[in-house]
Amino acid sequence: MGVRVAEEWLHSCSGCEIAILNIGEPLIDILGLIDFVHMPVLMDHKYYGQLGDGKKLEIPEAVVGIVSGGVANEEHLEVLEEMRKQCKILIALGTCATHGGLPALINSWGMKAGIENSYATPTTDDCQVPEDIVPTPLDRVYALDEKVKIDIILPGCPPNPRLIAEVITALVEGRDPVIPGKSVCDTCPTKREGKGNVKTVRRFLENADFDPEKPIDDMRCLLEQGLMCMGPVTAAGCSRRGAPSCISARVPCRGCFGPVRKDGNQMLDMMNALASNGIDFKSVVDRRSLLRFSGAHGQLRQLPVPVRKAKEDE
Amino acid sequence: MAKVINIQPVTRIEGHARIAIHLDDDGEVKDAFLHIMSLRGFEKFIEGRPAEEVPRIVNRICGICPWMHHLSSNKAVDGCFDVTPTPTGHKLRELCQTMAHINDKILHFFFLAAPDFVLGPDSDFAVRNVIGIVKEAPELAAQVVKMRQLGQMMLERFAGKAIHPIAGVVGGFAKPMTEEERIGLLTDTRTLLDFALFAMDFAKTSVFPKYEETIASLGTITTGFLGTVDDTGALQLYDGHLRLMKADGSITDFPVNQYDQYLSEHVESWTYGKLPYAQCWEEGFSMDLDAPKGIYRANTLARINVSETIATSHAQGELEEFREKFGRPAQGTLLYHWARLIELVYSCERTIELLEQDDITDTDIRAKVEPKAGRGVGSVEAPRGTLIHDYTTDNDGMIVKANMIVGTTHNIAPMNMSVKQAATTLIKGGVYDEGLLNKVEMAVRAYDP
Repeated sequence: MGVRVAEEWLHSCSGCEIAILNIGEPLIDILGLIDFVHMPVLMDHKYYGQLGDGKKLEIPEAVVGIVSGGVANEEHLEVLEEMRKQCKILIALGTCATHGGLPALINSWGMKAGIENSYATPTTDDCQVPEDIVPTPLDRVYALDEKVKIDIILPGCPPNPRLIAEVITALVEGRDPVIPGKSVCDTCPTKREGKGNVKTVRRFLENADFDPEKPIDDMRCLLEQGLMCMGPVTAAGCSRRGAPSCISARVPCRGCFGPVRKDGNQMLDMMNALASNGIDFKSVVDRRSLLRFSGAHGQLRQLPVPVRKAKEDE
Repeated sequence: MAKVINIQPVTRIEGHARIAIHLDDDGEVKDAFLHIMSLRGFEKFIEGRPAEEVPRIVNRICGICPWMHHLSSNKAVDGCFDVTPTPTGHKLRELCQTMAHINDKILHFFFLAAPDFVLGPDSDFAVRNVIGIVKEAPELAAQVVKMRQLGQMMLERFAGKAIHPIAGVVGGFAKPMTEEERIGLLTDTRTLLDFALFAMDFAKTSVFPKYEETIASLGTITTGFLGTVDDTGALQLYDGHLRLMKADGSITDFPVNQYDQYLSEHVESWTYGKLPYAQCWEEGFSMDLDAPKGIYRANTLARINVSETIATSHAQGELEEFREKFGRPAQGTLLYHWARLIELVYSCERTIELLEQDDITDTDIRAKVEPKAGRGVGSVEAPRGTLIHDYTTDNDGMIVKANMIVGTTHNIAPMNMSVKQAATTLIKGGVYDEGLLNKVEMAVRAYDP
């Protein structure tokens, strides 16, 4: 018998589960060490019994529990609480689970407004918002640790398959997993030549300046090229082939591993990073979207209703 | 006594769904539903964002088909900013989209669907999964894991990220392809084409013949179909115009940017998933199994049905054989799997074609872009069906309004009908078991939701 593992996904996209599969051939070896006892994407265990006649949602006991996605409705919460109850060690996998992830952008409006908007698009027939059987939404999107105790966080959008393998293997071997604690910049091989003359950052409307025939370490730092790059304020871990993933595609970082310190604020940290390099932070268009991966924990809050709009409503 | 059989969660699919089968006092199926249990509201929270950032936000709609959202979104932003990608930028996008189809089909057929066929629909639920296949058929499993990984790593190597891509940009692509990269991808894709031909043959000789009766009947309903074709009517995955086919085979073609005049979305109170229908047929919406109204299907079987031809040789041969056997349009729900493998072959062949074009390594990959007010509709054929992103921007190029119809949505009404058809046919007098309930799920799995 291997170590029992249960896996669940909540307010998620299945990218974390694909990242688990992207461990690739080593996954076959890992499967020799563990037994998945529950994993909806790959396995047929049901909450209410295999004949669908149970009254209470049940997930089998496991040593390790892995949960992707944030918490945005009552069913997510029920599943998460059951996972916490049944699993000795609970891992928050992916940035939605650790910091809310992209779906937490809705926290600027609230879940209700997001759902209502979906049923008011031009191609949708006149209707009421569905509320029979379907789970009731919470007010906003929560990271898992806002609702239950989490033992290990492994962010990333998607998380790095190598780190997922490391965490699972470490737990099976009974040691602490080795997870990087640096920033994307600390692991970025691009050339930094000093502060230079960049006073503002620009939108990514034209490609970076680089020689495609030369390796990444020949390209100048994208921030020094005047592109908004969130490498300074984003946790490392995405590198797969010697450079941060987006940088290897010659594209600036947008912060998908969340803040370097777990409780950091990527927007404020980025403003500080820009200011300390003599760059005008007002040149950042749509500053709130610097929190696009880490809007849970109350970081993104509902916008006040604009004054003019409020008057029209009266 | 009347009761509800609650299959929750529906497993080996991508999202959060529940099947509820309602039995009456005599144990006969009174009704059956597929409830979609979650909604994130992407259309709202991209409002106010710079449009060029949106392709790297909406890719998070789906971790299995992020390239589809990424590229459909890029096309919509091209439209908003009134820019045409450079020829090589266009080709690099199509290349990545087609490569992403390869992985997706291997994933669905072998990891999600195959346990029902290789181990059997009635096998023990605890082993009826890909891990069970690893134990039952280790050589096949090792090969499948290797091939899917090869496909994923090709994308990652060239484009930085396979999941939640960033390399497509308004106006084209963020990095050109070097000759070394081209040769590497070409070698790997030829390996994948060999595997695709093996998979097609394996399914036709060792899988489908065992389930001929099930394939003909399980979840089978009569509907129309939606897909993308080019001017000759040939199958297209990345670009073309939309084609609706009625169950009688009659065809309506229309440009992508007029989708809102042909399609509408119905809403039911018991599911977050909207239920699109063909409003242009002017018959309204009904999921009545005997007299459906406005119902069409998308995804592999639909594309195979609406296409006159497939422009690559092996896939065309498979299409002819399929059509000979099942007619046009073919309605058998489990034929989605068969059609999926034909598309796997096509995707490999098309990837090779693109990699063999001289200008694929051209460095003119991104057109000049200026943010402006406008509207753009972008669409691609995602593995799960026609994917439409429709954005409007303001003078600064910020999103003011968005509408999306994602691939799976087109099949929500048909999946409900297939669930009802399967449950009604299989459950009589209140008698059912685990294997039988799994067969009801198989009717959903065929659609790869």
